[in-house]
Amino acid sequence: MNNLENKNTDTERINASQIKDSGFSNLKYLIVGLFFGIVFVKAEIISWFRIQEMFNLQSFFMYGVIGSAVAVGVISVFLIKKFNIKTLQGEKIEIQPKTFSKGQIYGGLMFGFGWAITGACPGPLFAQIGTGATVIVVTLLSAIAGTWFYGLIKDKLPH
Amino acid sequence: MSLLEIIKEPWPWYVAGPLIGLTVPILLIIGNKSFGISSSLRHICAMCIPANIPFFKYDWKKESWNLFFVFGIFLGGVIAAYFLSNPNAVTIAPELSEQLAGYGITDHTGLVPSQLFSWESLFTLRGFIMIVVGGFLVGFGTRYAGGCTSGHAIMGLSNLQWPSLVATICFMIGGFVMALLILPYILSL
Repeated sequence: MNNLENKNTDTERINASQIKDSGFSNLKYLIVGLFFGIVFVKAEIISWFRIQEMFNLQSFFMYGVIGSAVAVGVISVFLIKKFNIKTLQGEKIEIQPKTFSKGQIYGGLMFGFGWAITGACPGPLFAQIGTGATVIVVTLLSAIAGTWFYGLIKDKLPH
Repeated sequence: MSLLEIIKEPWPWYVAGPLIGLTVPILLIIGNKSFGISSSLRHICAMCIPANIPFFKYDWKKESWNLFFVFGIFLGGVIAAYFLSNPNAVTIAPELSEQLAGYGITDHTGLVPSQLFSWESLFTLRGFIMIVVGGFLVGFGTRYAGGCTSGHAIMGLSNLQWPSLVATICFMIGGFVMALLILPYILSL
């Protein structure tokens, strides 16, 4: 029930699959993450410098990355819906719609501030630590603290 | 050039972007999972410090795929850095290089500038703001917005969700305001 309540107030996806993943089947996500992490590092997307270039309009690079990622994503989702592609387990693919809240504006701006300061979104933080930038563990812990604090004061914030 | 040498070079955007975009259908097809990374921070809170807060009282084990995914990203970082790393310094825009030199940031060897993000700098005001305050804003902001670059800008836009477009535009506005108007003051500290 808590799960459902949270769904209503948070646009984040609580996953659709009814199939319970065992620890072993979760390994496939680890492998996808691993390739994803390699792309992050090899394309230097996790570089603080790339993010500064993006926000200073000094390089097309990050716009190219995000733009082409979205283009591939849009085409993929379109094809999945059009041909009613099922999951490997034979389930119907379901994507929960995002509901609007003022959080997308206020929270979005706050994340934008943090993004330009740290040069990282949550994903790159994990990859940066992997490359040996150990102090980023502090950034990650602070991000976890930020998430926790949001959970604590959520009901007092405009949504 | 051998294949390994090509892989070791920095990858262009038209290779990296589509590969990132492909994460969307891969996660959907292998397990009906919507791409999103900042949720992992929420699951870590639910797992370690729920503290009876309703927002963290849910079955995080059901979402544990997301934790495997981010652990994979960490491992990918390890592999890329130790086995596939580019022997040369990160090339950056000359204008940026000049700008940063004005703040004493001259070392471009790492992806993360060591003159800003290091254990020593953590105990300076500038370092504290960059590392701790910046991280807090990322964690608080993404959860308040209900997603980050992956969940909104890539997954949400892929599914043509207008709230995700609002979020993405706000991420960018926040980033521009910080980088152009506020960050120069922080870097001068």
